[in-house]
Amino acid sequence: MKPLAYECPTTAADAVAALGRGDARALAGGTDLIVQIREGRKSVGRVVDLKRIPELTAIAQQPDGGFRIGAAANFNKIAAHAALANAYPSVPNSGRLVGSLQVQNRAGLGGNICNAAPSADAVPVVICLDARAEIAGPKGRRQVAVEALFASPGRNTLATDEILVSILLPPVRPRSASCYLRFTPRREMDIAIAGAGVWIALGSDGTIEDSRITLAAVAPVPLRTPMAEKALKGERPSHALFADAGRTAAREATPIGDTRGSVDYRRELVAVLTQRALLSCAKDLKLRITSP
Amino acid sequence: MNSVIRCEINGEEREVLADGRDTLLDLLRDRIGLTGTKEGCGNGNCGTCTVLFDGEPVNACLVLAGEASGARITTIEGIAHGNVLDAVQQALITHGGTQCGFCTPGIVISAVALLDRKRAPTDDEIRHAIAGNLCRCTGYDKIVEAIRSAASSSRASAP
Ligand SMILES: Cc1cc2nc3c(=O)[nH]c(=O)nc-3n(C[C@H](O)[C@H](O)[C@H](O)COP(=O)(O)OP(=O)(O)OC[C@H]3O[C@@H](n4cnc5c(N)ncnc54)[C@H](O)[C@@H]3O)c2cc1C
Ligand code: FES
Ligand code: FES
Repeated sequence: MKPLAYECPTTAADAVAALGRGDARALAGGTDLIVQIREGRKSVGRVVDLKRIPELTAIAQQPDGGFRIGAAANFNKIAAHAALANAYPSVPNSGRLVGSLQVQNRAGLGGNICNAAPSADAVPVVICLDARAEIAGPKGRRQVAVEALFASPGRNTLATDEILVSILLPPVRPRSASCYLRFTPRREMDIAIAGAGVWIALGSDGTIEDSRITLAAVAPVPLRTPMAEKALKGERPSHALFADAGRTAAREATPIGDTRGSVDYRRELVAVLTQRALLSCAKDLKLRITSP
Repeated sequence: MNSVIRCEINGEEREVLADGRDTLLDLLRDRIGLTGTKEGCGNGNCGTCTVLFDGEPVNACLVLAGEASGARITTIEGIAHGNVLDAVQQALITHGGTQCGFCTPGIVISAVALLDRKRAPTDDEIRHAIAGNLCRCTGYDKIVEAIRSAASSSRASAP
């Protein structure tokens, strides 16, 4: 391990400048990065800690009712934000899946996104919620969909001198609900073999007006499943519909087989998890679903 | 690349010279000799390095020494009240919740953090609070019993 310097700027602009000097990486909670550096999987001369930049650790409701989550706010802080938990319970709930309480006191949504693991548990739900990423770079700020931040396993689409500043969630759509479910062999402290995030919004006639599905750990990046989303639209929620959407999503998944699970097993998990996540949304929306 | 880290450790202001590669765990154990905090896995999985960072339990192996500057750190050495063990420590002894003892410092810190927040935790809450602390000896039941009993004895003695 080569020498490592620690910097802790207090503004996003200073962090961008520090990264621009090269051989440096942004540090949020460090629960991915510190292990990667110490195990020699990442070689870097400086870390630029983002946690002393006030806007990066703040969580605030916006005038339009949406939310701005600082990219270095840890998951326990995210879970403690009452208005956010009330509007989007699936956001704190997916953060609670990440490691232990000790890990959640450091790790956050920004790091989960930027680390770009296909298995990242807090990512599918924010993609389903149509979250946007606020990015700071040498030329100023820009916004992209969070979905556009993933390049390949372990690689995001930010330039080396850009930082993710915040994750922006839109105001809650009336009659909408979201949920992320994953499967792990152990209940806590394990990596997802597969995960499914879903979001549905009902029209005033009770049919599904809009839907988004994002899968974890079954493709090189968090994966949207457009066919399964389309299958839901205009339909009335039912067991049969949700089961069908699950099977469609399973066909859209492109998993690899490894020691954690075979290709077929992962697809089967996608079908089941997608269906269950949709049923959980229906329950949140207090729908009475016709039995299978 | 050495630098001086200023932080509060167990109520005492400290100035410690640390290497940029040092974790908070290295700083505690190797730079200032507080070896009560253990290193098991070094990657966030076992929890035996758990310390309180500004009052919250964290894995000291996942924090760089530099990140601790200005922070308030409590290690296992700062848990007892003078010569009197904390209720959690005493209960772990009474209930046989410690055997080889390697996980015990981390378990104590996680339990103390839980009881700070919740005076009467359920068994599920206790299990969740120590889910990031692996114990390969006790099978956890005795640890849960100990924390439950520490909670009720603290409630009984609290004003
Ligand atoms: C014991 C343990 C269990 C875990 N369990 C899970 C789990 O169940 N599910 C799961 O999804 N993950 C898990 N993880 C992985 C990790 O905790 C998460 O991915 C976490 O969300 C990372 O956040 P962080 O703030 O610690 O990121 P960091 O480690 O600080 O950063 C991660 C990467 O993103 C970059 N980065 C961070 N913030 C920014 C930013 N604002 N702008 C630009 N780049 C940035 C860093 O340079 C680094 O490359 C686990 C980790 C451990 C140690
Ligand atoms: S040594 Fe830190 S979690 Fe195992
Ligand atoms: S007492 Fe031995 S690991 Fe817990």
